[in-house]
Amino acid sequence: MLAKRIIPCLDVRDGKVVKGVNFEGIKEVGDPVECAYEYNLQGADEIVFYDITASHEGRGVILDVVRETAKKVFVPLTVGGGIATVDDIRDTLRAGADKISVNSQAVKNPQLIKDGADIFGSQCICVGVDAKAISPNKWTVYINGGRIDMQIDLIDWVKKCEQLGAGEICLNSIDTDGVRGGFDIPMLKAVVDAVKIPVIASGGAGKLGDFADAFIKTDCSAALAASLFHFKELTVGQVKEDCRSKGIIVR
Amino acid sequence: MIAIVDYGAGNIFSVKNALDYLGLESRLTNKKEDLVSADSIILPGVGAFPAAMDKLQASGLVDTIKQQAKLKPFLGICLGMQLLFEKSYEFEKREGLSLIKGYVDKMVEPDLVIPHMGWNKLEYNGECKLLEGMGDNEYVYFVHSYKAFCEDENLFAYCEYGSRVPALVGDGKYVYGSQFHPEKSGKTGLKILENFARLH
Repeated sequence: MLAKRIIPCLDVRDGKVVKGVNFEGIKEVGDPVECAYEYNLQGADEIVFYDITASHEGRGVILDVVRETAKKVFVPLTVGGGIATVDDIRDTLRAGADKISVNSQAVKNPQLIKDGADIFGSQCICVGVDAKAISPNKWTVYINGGRIDMQIDLIDWVKKCEQLGAGEICLNSIDTDGVRGGFDIPMLKAVVDAVKIPVIASGGAGKLGDFADAFIKTDCSAALAASLFHFKELTVGQVKEDCRSKGIIVR
Repeated sequence: MIAIVDYGAGNIFSVKNALDYLGLESRLTNKKEDLVSADSIILPGVGAFPAAMDKLQASGLVDTIKQQAKLKPFLGICLGMQLLFEKSYEFEKREGLSLIKGYVDKMVEPDLVIPHMGWNKLEYNGECKLLEGMGDNEYVYFVHSYKAFCEDENLFAYCEYGSRVPALVGDGKYVYGSQFHPEKSGKTGLKILENFARLH
């Protein structure tokens, strides 16, 4: 059977890894290629670059990052952020990414999922979804980094993504993101039950046991975290060791 | 020099990157003379079988590939592995390179997600030089919806995904095929590529 995946995510702006630190704004904290290489050594199953470069002209920089990373990191690479057209998808894959992730743009233009899947294959189209609870078992989809409530039902949206040809859903809970109290299990469970495609848990990992918890309580395929790995509070290796000790199959 | 056949099907740069990283000389090529002068040949490929076979035929390399695969180490990767078989039923019945006995058909696993995508564990089936130095827990990266149906004697490793999925196959002489992507399979994949490069 497939191993559960542990995925570190790197936020990149203008070619540098950035992190919001103590709400004081964004700080540059490193070279993405080096960070990706370090995660690779720790046993990351996949690496996600999330490009938050503001200007469209700056887009080329993330492609250079992917090109350089692909020379020394031999696990799948995913790029998200700023991908709005089929041409963006093509450029990103050509630079060496194995998958792309679309979020707000897919909500605004769902055809992008279908076009991407038809041309490049479902396996390289991941849809990132930001959602927030409106009642205990109901969530709506947000765009623009969690700022705009689209008032679209989460479950309807992920089913639609699957129908359009998405190969994977990366589900980020706005409620648990940054709180560090663990992944949003009820939301995760609801989405995993609604679709057949793999679901990546995102938002909320704060301690070692949170990853195994998501795999034990839901059938999610992967778990993603950024700060936790970035600030070296945990290594990918430690997370995998914890999962393994609880009988979860990891690489 | 390892010739990486460049016939317009798939991300050949990741294979080239992996060989560069290992310090192994390689060349992306669509020239017959490069295949003839190479020490070994890698046939990559992603996409659909008929389209890839069309491109390979259009490149005029089919006869050279068939002939060279009997003379020097040859590795097909992913769709490149599937092309090694006699035929495929992807969209239509289509003849392959016929370097290994068997055929390619759709994976049917009602309870599982297809494509089979992610890290799966290698289970060994007999001796294979490409698997030298492998441990008991080696995971490799797969992305595919079709799989090979082949003889046990041609199967060196498989993984479990509902049923057995051939992972590494060969003709017992020079020809090998990996359904997984060694160039995306971390240390395990790099070791397999290194083992391949050492064959002669």
